[in-house]
Amino acid sequence: MSHPEHGRFGAYGGQYVPETLMAALGELEDVWHEAKADTQFQLELAGHRRAFVGRPTPLYAATRLSAHFGGAHIHFKREDLCHTGAHKLNNAVGQALLALRMGKKRIIAETGAGQHGVAVATVCARFGFECAVYMGTEDMRRQSMNVRRMKLLGAEVVEVTAGTKTLKDATSEAIRDWVTNVGTTHYIIGSVVGPHPYPEMVRDLQRVIGDEAREQYLSVDGKLPDAIIACVGGGSNAIGMFTAFLDDKDVALIGVEAAGEGVRTGRHAASLVGGRPGVLHGSYSYVLQDGDGQILPTHSISAGLDYPGVGPEHSFLRDSERVQYVAVTDKDAVAAFKLCTRLEGIMPALEPSHALHHAGVMAREFGPGGRILICLSGRGDKDMDSVEGV
Amino acid sequence: MSEGLRLETALKADGDLKLVAYMMGGHPNRKKSVEVGRRLATSGIAALEIGIPHSDPLADGPVIQRAGQVALEHGMTVEACLELASAIAKEGTPIVLMTYINPILAYDPRKFAAEAAQAGVTGVIVPDLPVEESEPVAGWLRAASLDTVFMVSPTTSLQRLQSICDHSSGFVYCVTVTGITGARKELPEGMPELMQKVRNHTPLPVAAGFGISRPEHLKALLGVADAAVVGSAIVAEIDKGRDPVVLVKELLKACR
Repeated sequence: MSHPEHGRFGAYGGQYVPETLMAALGELEDVWHEAKADTQFQLELAGHRRAFVGRPTPLYAATRLSAHFGGAHIHFKREDLCHTGAHKLNNAVGQALLALRMGKKRIIAETGAGQHGVAVATVCARFGFECAVYMGTEDMRRQSMNVRRMKLLGAEVVEVTAGTKTLKDATSEAIRDWVTNVGTTHYIIGSVVGPHPYPEMVRDLQRVIGDEAREQYLSVDGKLPDAIIACVGGGSNAIGMFTAFLDDKDVALIGVEAAGEGVRTGRHAASLVGGRPGVLHGSYSYVLQDGDGQILPTHSISAGLDYPGVGPEHSFLRDSERVQYVAVTDKDAVAAFKLCTRLEGIMPALEPSHALHHAGVMAREFGPGGRILICLSGRGDKDMDSVEGV
Repeated sequence: MSEGLRLETALKADGDLKLVAYMMGGHPNRKKSVEVGRRLATSGIAALEIGIPHSDPLADGPVIQRAGQVALEHGMTVEACLELASAIAKEGTPIVLMTYINPILAYDPRKFAAEAAQAGVTGVIVPDLPVEESEPVAGWLRAASLDTVFMVSPTTSLQRLQSICDHSSGFVYCVTVTGITGARKELPEGMPELMQKVRNHTPLPVAAGFGISRPEHLKALLGVADAAVVGSAIVAEIDKGRDPVVLVKELLKACR
């Protein structure tokens, strides 16, 4: 497991933020370390995970998909069965408890696919926080059901019309809100991105995915998988899954980014496969940018992966070659979405459908003896319109 | 190399308040921004800040965000901003570049430092580069004889305040509001106390910035700060196609 030194994973991470936020980041780091060491906090978090989130989520043997891909054993970690339909709630619950501890009255968040926005609106309803969620116009259009859910939960959904009108601009706008209202407001970042301590803290709150999955997988027949596959936008479900397995050197870890229309077309969102290091949203990591350091517009059919940056720990894991990163196109992801729905009766979100496609590729390489574990990070009801439109 | 006035001298109040104007490089377009910059530089201000546009300006409000977006749409680059700075620096008014860390990293910070100094630039402000993250870039800027201006905000702790003042040269930029750039109706209460707190930690001139747009704001800062930075209000004038010098003259009257 990699521990950040001074908020860094190797060269990556840091705190590239306006001065106004430095005090808040320091407070958050202190409170997080206190809470982590506090048994009472851990018990409370465990209780909410059990009764509110619905953990542990099951490990599922996808036998019909296994047969379809030539016989390798394929398992899903069912994060789609978390309350609100994705792994995002793991992080939102933990940070809401921290916000209570810090005495904050208001919570803000950014959202792309709307799953993180819904998770934050949900914890705000549960714990009684005022809530504002920043969302790009383009994402509000393609994820309209989640917009309606957030509003019903009592959140204000703030439309972001600047720039590319997607997750990148929603994140910038949420940070500007935080700079302005930092005294009363906690910002729940939805992924392992942003300034220190967010990448480390969100990882610690998401690692429950891999901790559970490792134990569950071993309990089946005492062996670990050959390969674990997870999709990567900012990268929180992937880090959550991978962390428990980083020391298991025989387990291949593969992160799958969004190739959009193809990495060579330039219309993609694959920061680790097609970008280079730079600073976006407060940390140094791989970024899609032009020669002048301007952040490039991205494209993916999946709103949750449509982001030009990635968590700094992923950049470290890429350079150290512990994790291999690949990219899968819109077209292949949609085909995997449909295949999984038909063969397993499980409708995956478009984000993990990228991982599902790559699992098919690896299953064919491995053959019948292969063992593959996929992080099925969310469910796909939200993507009906996008998939039917293809 | 700059033969002109150093910031430390130019921004020290002398019974008055010095005025620093901000413009976005390449706004309203590349050609006009040379003319705008020259007019501002000769309008009686103490220094001119030139923004290098960035696609994701986290510390900026809507007016400066939009100006940056317009500049980028007109093809403005870091290199073109350095050329712009060079043309304006010839007027003799100290020039301070303000941009975010990523354009500097992408350009190559050492090359940026050398070329900025060559262009006659006096100092650099990078609002998303707190002192903790400032090396090695700040060292390269200083090695090129550029002043490194760091920001203090109302949320800065006393311990960090000392460190920020120690790392700063030229002047210390005091963000008067908890927030992003953009004109406000009123300056926050507690602003004089904040200025005094900063002054107690540094012999450098202290400039107030963010939210300052009206003559009455400047009157309130007279005797409290050494200088005031006006950004969004000037950029809004340029955006409307008006001559910003009319506003600057009016603001200058309130500085005495």
